[in-house]
Amino acid sequence: MSRDVVITGLGAVSGLGVGARALWDGLVAGRTGLGPLKRIDASGFRSRLGAEVNDFSAKDFVPKSYRKAVKVMARDIELAVGAAKLAVEDAGLITRAALPEGGDGRTTYPSDRMGCHIGAGLIAAETDELTSGLVTARNEAGLFELTRWGTGDGGGGGMNNLQPLWLLKYLPNMLACHVTILHGAEGPSNTITCSEASGLLSLGESLRVIQRDAADLCFSGGAESKINLMGLLRVDLMGRLAATGETTDPTEFIRPYDPAATGGLAGEAGGIVVLEEEAKARARGARVYARVSGFGAAQSPARPDGPVRGAEVQGMFESSGEGLADAARRALEDAQIGPERIDAIVPHAAGVPTVDGAEADALRAVFGARLREIPLITLSPAVGECWAGAGALQVAAGAMAIAERTLPARRHGGRPADDLQAGPAPSRRAELKHVLVCTSALGGQNAAIVLTAAS
Amino acid sequence: MSSRRVVITGMGWVTPLGHDVDAVWARLMKGESGIGRVTRFEASTFSTNFAAEVRDFALEQFLPTAARHRHAGLNTRFALAAAARAWAQSGLAGAGLDPRRIGLYLGSGEGQLDFDNFVRANLAGWRAETRNIDGAAWARAAYQVMNANREVEQEPNACLGHVAAALGCRGPAFNCMTACAASTQAIGEAFEIIRRGDADAMFAGGAHSMIHPLGMTGFIRLTAMSGRRESPQTAARPFDRTRDGFVMGEGAGMLVLEALDSARKRGATPLAEIGGYGSSADAFRITDIQPDGKGAQAAMAQALRQAGINPREPGPDGRPPVHYISAHGTGTQENDRIETIAVKGVFGSLAPKVPFSSVKSMLGHLIQAAGAVELITCVQAIRTGWVPPTINLSNPDPECDLDYVPNAARDLRGQGGVETCLSNSFGFGGQNDTLLVRRFRE
Repeated sequence: MSRDVVITGLGAVSGLGVGARALWDGLVAGRTGLGPLKRIDASGFRSRLGAEVNDFSAKDFVPKSYRKAVKVMARDIELAVGAAKLAVEDAGLITRAALPEGGDGRTTYPSDRMGCHIGAGLIAAETDELTSGLVTARNEAGLFELTRWGTGDGGGGGMNNLQPLWLLKYLPNMLACHVTILHGAEGPSNTITCSEASGLLSLGESLRVIQRDAADLCFSGGAESKINLMGLLRVDLMGRLAATGETTDPTEFIRPYDPAATGGLAGEAGGIVVLEEEAKARARGARVYARVSGFGAAQSPARPDGPVRGAEVQGMFESSGEGLADAARRALEDAQIGPERIDAIVPHAAGVPTVDGAEADALRAVFGARLREIPLITLSPAVGECWAGAGALQVAAGAMAIAERTLPARRHGGRPADDLQAGPAPSRRAELKHVLVCTSALGGQNAAIVLTAAS
Repeated sequence: MSSRRVVITGMGWVTPLGHDVDAVWARLMKGESGIGRVTRFEASTFSTNFAAEVRDFALEQFLPTAARHRHAGLNTRFALAAAARAWAQSGLAGAGLDPRRIGLYLGSGEGQLDFDNFVRANLAGWRAETRNIDGAAWARAAYQVMNANREVEQEPNACLGHVAAALGCRGPAFNCMTACAASTQAIGEAFEIIRRGDADAMFAGGAHSMIHPLGMTGFIRLTAMSGRRESPQTAARPFDRTRDGFVMGEGAGMLVLEALDSARKRGATPLAEIGGYGSSADAFRITDIQPDGKGAQAAMAQALRQAGINPREPGPDGRPPVHYISAHGTGTQENDRIETIAVKGVFGSLAPKVPFSSVKSMLGHLIQAAGAVELITCVQAIRTGWVPPTINLSNPDPECDLDYVPNAARDLRGQGGVETCLSNSFGFGGQNDTLLVRRFRE
């Protein structure tokens, strides 16, 4: 007897605002969160536009007693903590972090039946904090010396300028750590780190954990911000970003699946979805957005070495369309449906021509000529590239589209490939039974999820 | 539908005591230590200036196509070597399996930061007056000194990409980072993927090196590492009353897990069987473990339950139903005390009769790679009938009163050998994972 799994809560913190409703309303209205970067001084970067999260403070999403811990949260952790709290509220759950006043102290689920899978990226050390220590370990010539950094015999003690818990601010598993502590989730917990695929792979693992009865509910998704100096530099060196120069209007850079695109734009996001075993969710009267009916993952075959934009190795393990097609076919097979049953697709839509090209090839291979009839729901024009934070936003958009019987609007500043419904379009009503959500990652990992309208 | 049995058909590791499974095992049996002064960088003034480094390692000796991976970081190079050995032992090359049915689940760590250049950019961007970084000056310097090859190789999935490319695997692929629990968790999830039928074989394990300035700095600031600078080789002393923290190690452990039906069909020899996997979160505090070891108990109990073993019921030979536990055993005061409480909680009155040792006393703590390497020691225990010691254990701690196999390896062949082992890994941040591995029997 397989256990069905449904989505009962959505939490999103993105460039379209705080809350899944803000994300959805923004998508339907065709808004974009893209604009000049303000959280950092980007004037020295080639890419200076992005989708920042504004009006968000993690302190508002933790109990008073936990506020001190925000000091050891990198931005990525804050975004996860915020999104998790929103998802819990949206699902109508009572957890340790949100016990009603005067209640009996009971939570909706016992601790050991709640799992947590939150994808994360490589979290860059904050440069102000680190450098305030590094400068104390310079020699007379102004150069950093490791001997002046150490705190043992003969050392200058420079590293003492870092707060004792400094490391814990940057460990990728601290996203899940804080969320499990806050909400009292003692079931299986994992931190998947596969770049852009981290979120969908996490959702897939949550699905399997609930199916195999290791938990009844999981907080699942991911969070990441590369809108910091080191993060932005890294992804630019990897050839992922459009060189925007002085331009302040993002429109000309919003062009997924356009061969003339020059790269994507950075976003930051936290996305957490509550996945719940269907019978238990129904029994407590939870609102069901959609069923998670299929999941597939695959590694792309290595491509021959060759120069590409970015690092040399990217020629070897950039995702190919074959890997993504494998993942999508596995997800369809898992959902026990054929590709002809898919009513909409929420793809990666990176805006990087090599990545988009591989993705389009994959979709062509799976859907054949019918691809041109399937509407795409593209998020990157609104929230930028959100890496580990992207997957749960994609799933949230797909689930909302099913539940609200609506296709959101699409923005595009150029001309996408002719056989893809990726160009500008207004929002419209649509009955959606099955939606495919998919993505590929730099590194060669691919993941796909099928969402199905819950009867 | 009864789910599939999962066996181990290949193993490989790169450790501070060597890179060959049998040769390292022989050194562990002798109680040798792989710990010495840090040579990777200028650590002379670090309050912990010693670690267990991998020595005499060249990827070319493991992989004819090593040149393809010329930019790969140290962790990835370790992983590739260990994977090549596991692959060779498994006999999967040329066995005709569909590469789409061979997946990977690694618990590999991030690559090493390009520290010198990062420091250069940071100092160039520093404004003393305002005590912060001028972003424009930082970016100018950073674009000059940093390069794409060094950056992409730090990505937490770079290791996974390299191993997949080297071996041509196209099945489900994941990398997880749950700190010190990562590779145990990776093996557990790989086991579940095969059980469910989503792959026929999985590469599982991990690789990590944090022997670099910021890695060591982070743990020194947390006061988690031993400061026994005068005697590095006796600094790692799990369960000893005088223990003062862990010793950093590095390396990789890789296993080929395979569905029994697949291994049978191609005539492969199972080295052992994975019988159970348990995973839990402490959900307690960011720096502390649940004082009663509840999370660790949950992980062990799940793994035992999945294998159909009641930990409190002796086997037909009168021995406990588990013959060896590979401890997380880091050598911090808190871990070793609470892990002891947890083992007692699970095994009750049988706990003192289960050999329970920490090879971290010899290999140091391989962080994300630790779990995979320790699972391999369990398989070796099953194959040889010997269990490895906890060295440097001469001052008993009244709160650590189980059988830690102190200082000398033990021959259990006379008592019926080693049939069933548990391997524990607990991550900073609260993830607890346990694997149960046992002798393969038809």
